[in-house]
Amino acid sequence: MSYPQVKSFTTVFKKLLIALSGLGLVGFVVVHLLGNLTLLRSDGAAFNAYAAKLESFGPLLAVAEIGLLAIFLIHIVTVLTTKKRNLDARPVAYRQWRSKGGDTPSNLSSRNMAVSGSLILLFLGIHIWQFRFGPGMSQGYIATQGQEQIRDLYRLVVETLKNPVMFLFYSVVMILLGLHLRHGIWSALQSLGMTRSRTTTPLRLLGAILGVLLGVGFLIIPAWIYFGASI
Amino acid sequence: MPKLKLNLEIWRQKNPEAQGSFEPYQLSDIDDDISFLEMLDLLNEQLIKSGKAPVEFDSDCREGICGSCGVIINGQAHGPLQATTTCQLYMRHFGDGDTIIIEPWRSKAFPVIRDLVVDRSAFDRIIAAGGYVSTKTGPHPDANSHLIPKPVADQAMDNATCIGCGACVAACPNASASLFTAAKISHLGLLPQGNPERSKRVFRMVQKMDLEGFGNCTNIGECRAACPKEISIDTIAQMRRDYVQALKE
Ligand code: HEM
Ligand code: SF4
Ligand code: FES
Repeated sequence: MSYPQVKSFTTVFKKLLIALSGLGLVGFVVVHLLGNLTLLRSDGAAFNAYAAKLESFGPLLAVAEIGLLAIFLIHIVTVLTTKKRNLDARPVAYRQWRSKGGDTPSNLSSRNMAVSGSLILLFLGIHIWQFRFGPGMSQGYIATQGQEQIRDLYRLVVETLKNPVMFLFYSVVMILLGLHLRHGIWSALQSLGMTRSRTTTPLRLLGAILGVLLGVGFLIIPAWIYFGASI
Repeated sequence: MPKLKLNLEIWRQKNPEAQGSFEPYQLSDIDDDISFLEMLDLLNEQLIKSGKAPVEFDSDCREGICGSCGVIINGQAHGPLQATTTCQLYMRHFGDGDTIIIEPWRSKAFPVIRDLVVDRSAFDRIIAAGGYVSTKTGPHPDANSHLIPKPVADQAMDNATCIGCGACVAACPNASASLFTAAKISHLGLLPQGNPERSKRVFRMVQKMDLEGFGNCTNIGECRAACPKEISIDTIAQMRRDYVQALKE
């Protein structure tokens, strides 16, 4: 098998793509979280207005969605080929493998990026199908904003997350997202060669804090809705 | 002096094609101040006396500098201690009645030759792809004719301590050779003699590393914990900086 056909398309190059796409996704996740925090306003008007505003961008939104899809595809394809190479690289497994500990980034997050990532992917499919392609105004999800009628996405979100199975599923995936990013943010900087001996430890800590904060931020929403919000 | 009784489980494999398996062995009366390899020597003496084939393992210097002796001990490359090669590991770090599982390095790029001995020549081929300086450097230059800042010299020297033992590959959950390759790139590239070929070197050595079938680094850092020379994963970031620089050229 010859992997690097193109002179520069090596594992190091692929890591650059994984890191850039990963950081792109982090950017998206930050914006998505900030927007979704409007769900915490329990009358739903703020969230519906935010969603309607996004809709109103029309073709611009479509371009953003396609761009985001492309970033996801780059991330997923590069990590899958990486995983394949790594499975091939050790055909005979150890009878026993134990971490040697020490001051390293080796932990459950970093050793299970493919597990957390795959479950996030499964979640994404369900999530997009539920909301992006879920019932809209023609199915009766209508809210009023001034004179206008807009999609009552708030009611759909609340109805979905009031379901205990969905609440649990969303919560677990948000924890996994936090774990993915606990390693991912620093790892991306390391992959891009942006860490140096003096900065790497503080960056690792900062990346982990930011990653966990993003996970916790997203966890608040289903919990708030499940235990609090009413329609 | 405490004496140890040990239960060993050792990987036995006749040749690269053979199907290997773990074989159990018992040892008693082991002084706890002998080294791990001396313990294996004692086992082999017993095996030879009873007409059985000894356990093959590599060793040469037995003082932690040649890099030939690595094995996996209870799931850890070079055993439980940090900054230690297998030959520098002493039996006092084990307890009476312990079971010790001993396996060879496991990586597609390091095929098992026999028992605990693996073929690490993939490392040599990575070096041959660019881990050298191709100019004739002549007689040694006057001291201080090349001024090198102390931190740079230190960084180059830290990388140059790599003994090519392969523990980084063995300990890596991805069987990646990034720590070794990065160390061999940087111990040259950081210094004036190695600098002119820096970009060519990083391309060639990374490409060779891939072709040999090593895994792709995902920044886990087990290599650093297993490395007897404690080479930092900062050097892997340095390799990627060099790579990005080379892409720009
Ligand atoms: C769609 C499902 C996803 C899958 C299957 C996935 C899978 C993975 C895997 C296996 C890695 C480790 C690969 C490596 O380090 O070489 C990784 C790294 C990473 N992922 Fe994801 N991921 C997904 C979604 C996300 C999302 C939503 C984000 C951001 C919010 C993200 C951000 C990152 C970052 C920043 C890294 C580190 C990049 C690096 O180490 O260079 N991923 N991903
Ligand atoms: S980097 Fe460390 S673990 Fe890897 S071959 Fe060199 S000395 Fe051994
Ligand atoms: S025998 Fe030389 S390093 Fe162990």
